Amino acid sequence: MQFGVFTVGDVTTDPTTGVTPTEAERIKAMVTIALKAEEVGLDVFATGEHHNPPFVPSSPTTMLGYIAARTEKLILSTSTTLITTNDPVKIAEDFAMLQHLADGRVDLMMGRGNTGPVYPWFGQDIRQGIPLAVENYALLHKLWREDVVNWSGKFRTPLQEFTSTPRPLDGVPPFVWHGSIRSPEIAEQAAYYGDGFFANHIFWPTYHFQQLIQLYRQRFEHYGHGSADQAIVGLGGQVFMRRNSQDAVREFRPYFDNAPVYGHGPSLEDFTSQTPLTVGSPQEVIDKTLTFREHFGDYQRQLFLMDHAGLPLKTVLEQLDLLGEIVPVLRRELDAKRPAHVPDGPTHQSLLEKKVSA
Amino acid sequence: MTRIAVVTAGLSQPSSTRLLADQLAAATRDALANEPLANEPLGGDAEVTVIELRDIAVDVTNNMLTGFPSPRLSAAIESVTSADALIAVTPVFTASYSGLFKSFFDVLDKESLVGKPVLIAATGGTERHSLVLDYQLRPMFAYLRAEVTPTGVYAASSDFGSPSLHDRVRRAGAELADRAVGGRTVAKPADTFVPFEQLLAQ
Repeated sequence: MQFGVFTVGDVTTDPTTGVTPTEAERIKAMVTIALKAEEVGLDVFATGEHHNPPFVPSSPTTMLGYIAARTEKLILSTSTTLITTNDPVKIAEDFAMLQHLADGRVDLMMGRGNTGPVYPWFGQDIRQGIPLAVENYALLHKLWREDVVNWSGKFRTPLQEFTSTPRPLDGVPPFVWHGSIRSPEIAEQAAYYGDGFFANHIFWPTYHFQQLIQLYRQRFEHYGHGSADQAIVGLGGQVFMRRNSQDAVREFRPYFDNAPVYGHGPSLEDFTSQTPLTVGSPQEVIDKTLTFREHFGDYQRQLFLMDHAGLPLKTVLEQLDLLGEIVPVLRRELDAKRPAHVPDGPTHQSLLEKKVSA
Repeated sequence: MTRIAVVTAGLSQPSSTRLLADQLAAATRDALANEPLANEPLGGDAEVTVIELRDIAVDVTNNMLTGFPSPRLSAAIESVTSADALIAVTPVFTASYSGLFKSFFDVLDKESLVGKPVLIAATGGTERHSLVLDYQLRPMFAYLRAEVTPTGVYAASSDFGSPSLHDRVRRAGAELADRAVGGRTVAKPADTFVPFEQLLAQ
């Protein structure tokens, strides 16, 4: 089981102090959070990709390359990489380069992006979101697996005798997750390739995602990648902890009430009862997180959103210390419950072994 | 048993919008009772569920902000979308349906009222807003591909107690009852699942 943090990379004013970090402060804070994630024993750091304010991470491999140089074990990932508006050739090159620099500690999560105006800035159209995701990923998949590619499609200029360099490390392409919150086509895409499926269910009730993950598992089996329960599932989570539950609620409430996504809407109490958000003691977070497995089956990766809504870096780092305390408990519980035939979270090493034994 | 859902957006208690909604529900119920049905020779029975939007106003707003309905709103939506027919009544605010009325229909899945028989009605302080039914409510339900009865009922304050309002209510109720038991076949949206080979080929 892999645990980690994923960040949106938003610049948000701290509602309790009125302080807004600069872009430089936010970017450096993201790096500090990544380093802290490794220090407290987490497995994964994933950054978002955005091309509009108030978000800073427009260049994920630049950031991840820097973090790679300063970490030893951490898997560097994305949440998500825009498969619609990025050129798949550039994704193939950038992440293969990163993979070499990070000695294989790289995977990525494909997403479409839901901000309409971003598409035309990159010469695309959001109404073509699904066809773009399908065609661009088909090309990316090929570029990492075939040394010489001849290709033509609807959205990109054709390729003749093209070789994407560097070739993936050890001939093993980075593992790919596909993230989606409502599109069966993306669950189907992940299943078709035998890739991972990541359901960022943190802002919605569980029932929204059960069908999607069920579909992915069934189709994973249909396409012959293994049994449904062997499909590779990742989930989001969102927590705020203090030793004392009441302290957590008191401290987090102003951030909740003013948060960009759900602020000025439902009460903290309603939202925590209806979604995966947990605000309370470490034990409460453990208990809630363990229910995810009951809803979605044994899964491979759990990412937590920790640095949003204007929480100051100091608080986020304290949260990561607490996360570092509960993750060993979660890891022990979830690993013990996972049957032997269900794989653990994919790593470069595990993919290499699979390749060698195939 | 025919299930009738009533959505009423009146804000005051008691509300003239609710009063009109109740009259329309009663007229529909009466018409159903007199409807000759093959399998229910004594006339159809009706179950009426009234949704006062005032009671779920905060839930509707929260759904707009979070993208998902609370359990309470979810139950209201289920009552509306699973009913055999819908009576939708709004007060006229600023020359249109009320914002709350529109918001409730905004958070519904846009396929969820396809083919649904709907009786539209509105209340207002003066007769001068009566075309709100045909210029505002009817296009909204047309967009949702609901089946709106030919008669809509607009009631200005001065209409309550007038025999002509009573006649229009009865006529509209009969039209809705007719459609509620009409055995219409509503084309379900096709299963949109597309296998990946087909997605790739597109």
